[in-house]
Amino acid sequence: MRTKHIGERVPRREGGLKVSGRARYVDDWTLTGALYGVTVRSPVARGIIRQIGYPAGTPWEQFTIVTAADIPGSNSVANLEKDQPFLAVDRVQHAEQAILLLAHPNKSLLEKARRAVSLDIEHLPAVLSLESSLAQEQVVWGHNNVFKELKIEKGNVDGVLNNAPVIVEGEYWTGAQEQLYLETNGMIAVANPKEGVTVWGSMQCPYFVHKALMELFSLPMEKVRVVQMETGGAFGGKEDYPSVLAGHAALLAWKSGKPVKMVYDRGEDMAATTKRHPSRTQHRTVVDRNGKLLAMDIDFAIDGGGHMTLSPIVLSRGSIHAAGPYYCPNIRIHGRAVATNTPPHGAFRGFGAPQSLFALERHMDKVARTVGLSPVEFRRRNFIRQGESTATGQRIRESIQMEKLLHRALKETNYEKKVRLFAKQNLKAKVKKGMGVSCFFHGAGFTGSGEKRLASVVAVEATEQGKLRVLASITELGQGAVTIFTQIAADALGISGQDIEVAQADTAFVPDSGPTVASRTCMIVGKILESACIELKQTLIQNGLLKERYTSNAFRAACKKYVKQHGQLKSFAQYQQPSHIQWDDEKHEGDAYGTMAWAIYIAEVSVDLSTYEIRVDDFLALQEIGKVMNPLLAEGQIIGGVVQGIGYTLHENVIWNKGRMVNNRITDYIIPTSMDVPPVRVIFEENPYEFGPSGAKGIGELPLDGVAPAIVNAIESATGAAINRIPVTPEVLLEAMENTNE
Amino acid sequence: MSKNRRRIEIRFRVNRKLRRVCVHPLTRLLDILRLELGLTGTKEGCGEGECGACAVLMDGELVNSCLIPAVQLHGRSIETIEGLSKRGRLHPIQQSFIQRGGTQCGFCTSGMIMASVALLMGKKHPSSAQIGEHLAGNLCRCTGYSPIVDSVRKVGKK
Ligand code: FES
Ligand code: FES
Repeated sequence: MRTKHIGERVPRREGGLKVSGRARYVDDWTLTGALYGVTVRSPVARGIIRQIGYPAGTPWEQFTIVTAADIPGSNSVANLEKDQPFLAVDRVQHAEQAILLLAHPNKSLLEKARRAVSLDIEHLPAVLSLESSLAQEQVVWGHNNVFKELKIEKGNVDGVLNNAPVIVEGEYWTGAQEQLYLETNGMIAVANPKEGVTVWGSMQCPYFVHKALMELFSLPMEKVRVVQMETGGAFGGKEDYPSVLAGHAALLAWKSGKPVKMVYDRGEDMAATTKRHPSRTQHRTVVDRNGKLLAMDIDFAIDGGGHMTLSPIVLSRGSIHAAGPYYCPNIRIHGRAVATNTPPHGAFRGFGAPQSLFALERHMDKVARTVGLSPVEFRRRNFIRQGESTATGQRIRESIQMEKLLHRALKETNYEKKVRLFAKQNLKAKVKKGMGVSCFFHGAGFTGSGEKRLASVVAVEATEQGKLRVLASITELGQGAVTIFTQIAADALGISGQDIEVAQADTAFVPDSGPTVASRTCMIVGKILESACIELKQTLIQNGLLKERYTSNAFRAACKKYVKQHGQLKSFAQYQQPSHIQWDDEKHEGDAYGTMAWAIYIAEVSVDLSTYEIRVDDFLALQEIGKVMNPLLAEGQIIGGVVQGIGYTLHENVIWNKGRMVNNRITDYIIPTSMDVPPVRVIFEENPYEFGPSGAKGIGELPLDGVAPAIVNAIESATGAAINRIPVTPEVLLEAMENTNE
Repeated sequence: MSKNRRRIEIRFRVNRKLRRVCVHPLTRLLDILRLELGLTGTKEGCGEGECGACAVLMDGELVNSCLIPAVQLHGRSIETIEGLSKRGRLHPIQQSFIQRGGTQCGFCTSGMIMASVALLMGKKHPSSAQIGEHLAGNLCRCTGYSPIVDSVRKVGKK
């Protein structure tokens, strides 16, 4: 296939709308006669609702009030488990849980009323940390607090551990992280028994919302319509939560008979919606005399919050990535996702992998030091190679070249020389400098048989003007889906990008192409799109409307003609699982992913020992992501992901009190600004993936995965502080320094 | 609504046009723009002066419109993102943002661009460090900033 668009720095297609303020986000849109809606939430982490009171002084009769009793269908959010109610009934399972909803045309009266509602909740003992949940200090979910437990096993770990002269142990912790997309969650709903339910909003997965609304209202498919508006960032934070908010807005609309708009303010969005799962990982590792890994015993635990939501799949991905890009004959990974009484944790770029990879890549440095090898040499000896198998027993089919990548990364950063130089300078300097490396992979698409189960569909249709319209439920979140789809379709058809339209993700018109998550948009859905385009082209050729070789003009003319003759020209394509993917869900065994993207990150930091200030001075991100579809957008994904990773490592500290986030303001929860970021140097290597469009792999999540360990490894190389947790606040650094000096 | 809600008349310019609104004296400029005048290009990211998504120019100075009450507006001249493109033609800074990946989700973009315009009014060729410093009050969660800094530094270049 000739490519004219793929591989080019094609500017973002909707860029013109965005830079001129014309892009329409949900809050930019108002329906006449609309009410505003707000949520009354539990201040208590766990308890029994004794009474809801409406004290005198508020004209309650002017308000639409919705409680669980008003729900026409099922009061549970469609997800893996039916344990999350839209509105609490009797019991509160986590802080900030929604108890009732209010709507009114006047925002400030509404806010007053929200505060006036009195909640009488009897406190029950709550579980507020991962440790106390694991220890079952209280059982707050099921019979043992465990949402999901899994085991990945390869070889005979105990056999090696029992006979090992030395076992290197380590324990690592990561904190919660708020997605902090700049646009808060928002939704507009119109709902009544006659026409059904329609919502417009900020979201990643229109068909998740669609399913949730069908069940909430007991409505058939065609009576529910979900439309994605321009979405101001998501990063996983708009994967499952929009189902809840859409439900709330629709319930208020249903009861009031009026359109309802709900847009969270920043404080509510930060406190009540999902964040990255906090985690604890324990490693026990055995290495042979040549510095080769013999056994890895990994225990990975994540805090899922009050309801199960997506925790089992976050756990699965985190566990599968826990042994990283290394070959080891004996691996055991024990994973648990457990309940606490904080708001449910959810998806955030990387989906469990940044947590387990932080632990792994910190631990690799520790093991290297223990066996007397440099971090670089130890990793080099253990990289997985073609033909070898991962923790899940996935045999690597492609010719990965981690050694080559590492070699290049070291050269680009002048690594060896700098390490020696800094070691010398650090003896005297107040500001210590250090270099840190991390190596990792990220599997694109749903895990194992997930894509087969999704069986995603994409359609393309010719318009009356002879253009081609892409119909997919994939959402543009800023990652560039619309542009990438344009490039894929234009090249598959050999026409100009100007002749491609990408339809708004509206369930009334687009088929279910699966959710916009898991780095699957380009690699998985893009491939389906390519097939749909080819099929449409074949139809035109078979009908004698198009020759084998043609121009954009000829294609347009052929489309117009076909549409005139037959009314419409539309072709569908569905996901075809490559035959090499074999997966056993029960045992967590087999080909976890069709392919992986591979990366080496190197961070250079300086640590001021008088202020405990840490600065990242330089950052190299080298990755192999298959064919780079659009270098401009790909670089944007990498740089953006790395900077979120810097925040995760150094700045972003969710402070909890009794199950509530108490620093839920941008002033108090610090994300990187333009002053905090180093130059991020991005280098791509390309090793095309046979089953991706033009050889592309997934890229969305990869860049966040390896940032934290690279930086913390660099901090340790600068200061000797054996830090085992992020975020590295000054207190964490100080404590680690003191432990080191002892 | 409550009867004692005081409203005042404000006359000011928005994107060079004379405007008159009747609002409560504490109504935020952000709400006047978005709700009274339908200029929804200016965004709300935090509502407390911390993110810069709502940044506009007031008499040529960069301000966060979520912090400006109506009482301060009389006789002022406001410029918003909508005023930047002339007769449908994008301003060079807007073009640069598109070309260099300065916008992803777009939610910070209006504020970022207004902040950049403010900088470029005072300084034709700022360095990357100066740009970084100047934009420190505008948060972006998507781009990692360097594509934005690049967009500003290379305005007007091919
Ligand atoms: S909305 Fe005004 S600074 Fe954030
Ligand atoms: S482009 Fe999304 S916040 Fe800046």
